[in-house]
Amino acid sequence: MQNPYYPYPVRIDDIVVETEDKNLKTFKFSFLNPEDEEKFAYWPGQFAELSIAGLGEIPIGIASSPTEKGFVKFTVNKVGKVTTHLHKMKVGDIMGIRGPLGNWYPWETLEGKNVVIIGGGFAFTTLRSSIAYMLENRDKFGEIHVIYGARSPGMLLYREELAEWEKRDDLNMHITVDAADDPDWKYNVGFVPAITDEKAPEADENTYAIICGPPIMIKFTQPVLDARGYAHDHIIMSLENRMKCGIGMCSHCNVGPVFVCKDGPVFTLDRLNQLPKEY
Amino acid sequence: MKCIKIDKKQWAGGLETAASTYRLFGPVKSGEVYEFAALAPGREPDMAVQNTRTSPRSVVYPQAEVMFEYTTDENDPDAHVMKEPETDEKPRAAIGIRPCDAYSFVLVRRNFDSAEHQDVYWLRNYEETTFIGQACHNPCSTCFCTTAGCGPFHEAGLDVLLADAGDHYVARVLTDKGETFMKAAGWDAGIDCPDQEWEGWKTAAQEKIVSEVATDRLANIDTLALHDAGFWDDAAFSCINCGTCTYLCPTCWCFDIQDENKGRKGIRYRCWDSCMFPLFTLHGSGHNPRGDKTQRVRQRFMHKLKYYVDRYENGIQCVGCGRCVQHCPVNIDIRNVCNLMNSFGEAESCSVA
Repeated sequence: MQNPYYPYPVRIDDIVVETEDKNLKTFKFSFLNPEDEEKFAYWPGQFAELSIAGLGEIPIGIASSPTEKGFVKFTVNKVGKVTTHLHKMKVGDIMGIRGPLGNWYPWETLEGKNVVIIGGGFAFTTLRSSIAYMLENRDKFGEIHVIYGARSPGMLLYREELAEWEKRDDLNMHITVDAADDPDWKYNVGFVPAITDEKAPEADENTYAIICGPPIMIKFTQPVLDARGYAHDHIIMSLENRMKCGIGMCSHCNVGPVFVCKDGPVFTLDRLNQLPKEY
Repeated sequence: MKCIKIDKKQWAGGLETAASTYRLFGPVKSGEVYEFAALAPGREPDMAVQNTRTSPRSVVYPQAEVMFEYTTDENDPDAHVMKEPETDEKPRAAIGIRPCDAYSFVLVRRNFDSAEHQDVYWLRNYEETTFIGQACHNPCSTCFCTTAGCGPFHEAGLDVLLADAGDHYVARVLTDKGETFMKAAGWDAGIDCPDQEWEGWKTAAQEKIVSEVATDRLANIDTLALHDAGFWDDAAFSCINCGTCTYLCPTCWCFDIQDENKGRKGIRYRCWDSCMFPLFTLHGSGHNPRGDKTQRVRQRFMHKLKYYVDRYENGIQCVGCGRCVQHCPVNIDIRNVCNLMNSFGEAESCSVA
């Protein structure tokens, strides 16, 4: 019987400081045992437990795409004991990854459909995975819109990649910041809900929205989508809750009868409407 | 069905013989209270005890259990890599476990042995344990097992069920595992099962159970409506969030995972946790989805009596042992709460917890 609590040993291959406050870093890992990479076959939207011996584990969304081989990437906000230690670690250090865990964005349903990605702040990680995946399988999807906002230009994740995506003609990028003091800032200024109102396509049977961001962004974006006529089974969200096991055993992350770790983290708004707001 | 007569004069000797093959657990006095614990060599289980203070869940699911070992010594080629600890222990046998407690493992297994994931630690311990049950001829006043899916002579989850017949036990051998244990104990006096007498004992015991819960409507009540019911503040009012109920309960399974270091060596272990504690759900951001006491009390009862019912469609996550009723310091009674929940939405439902 495979031990679902066993973290695959990995090496840190690269560390990128993502944001101007230096609170977000992207870690690129490679598996010490190549066969573990095959076992770690994942879909965009899934997460994993990053494990540091002596400190513990943290559940983090996978930022790389399964179309990117030879490594996995996670962008980690410095918050608590494990993440603070991780931020001090160096290239070459050994740690562990346990997963992939949870469900993923409904790629079978999304095939052939228009997809509107709406993200805010550092919740953009699994959305980054999703965009990279869709671009690699571009013919499988209809129109793609990406609305991504952060507090300031320096707080946007993956800035170089965003700039490349801006240049593409098969992707509608709508980058925005709450405020910019950079006179050369050439993208949008405004909160995500406002930009969504301005840029998101009209709702139809073939258009799905994936929203991932801070609660305040979701709270004000949802009415915009409602006004646009997006059906709640066409709005897809990803939840977070405190977790330990990641496999539906320890019961920390339950929201009513479902576990965020195992039955989620991805839910349609339609499903969330039937659950207590304990997240 | 195979039955064996165990003369009580052969009881201690049989256990001693079995102890060479099994690690024995049973009810024993520990300080002021009875625990279901490992039996020291030569120590007999106290078969007169009804419900031990803590449930026998620790036989399969210890309060703290090592999952991995590691070293952070950079000179070690396996530094920072998790290693499963070696286990070469003998199989376990739970002696004198009550039918409700044995049945609790059947309920808890649904969590630890799911279609998607198997908890290797729980399953390994469960599968290597033989459950030698003891029927309850004189249930406690707080027992409500007969309306909670089991009963004083319930057999599910047991390998052997003993009934006390004065100077001897009648042992009903229910599984191959049970038969193996009986052989290891040297108890081999096969008899014709006294079915009629057994039924009489069983009926008499069931009739002594005076408290009940109603669970018939739970499955069909809307989950969200029940979650938002008006009685939760009242139900939770006196709770001090001590967590006693969750630690004594045989069907509570929540756990935490922690790393503990000594020098450069360490262990990753898990330990029981409790949904009664605010830390249980606290996010790194400071947000807490169940920061209020009422939310946590509601979680405990909703989990046992509604979410579990919804998820597994196989009854409630409670066996009616009554421990939480007996030991709650502020007299919160799951039977009352269950009946409140079950009557939710009825025309004339009682609104006071």
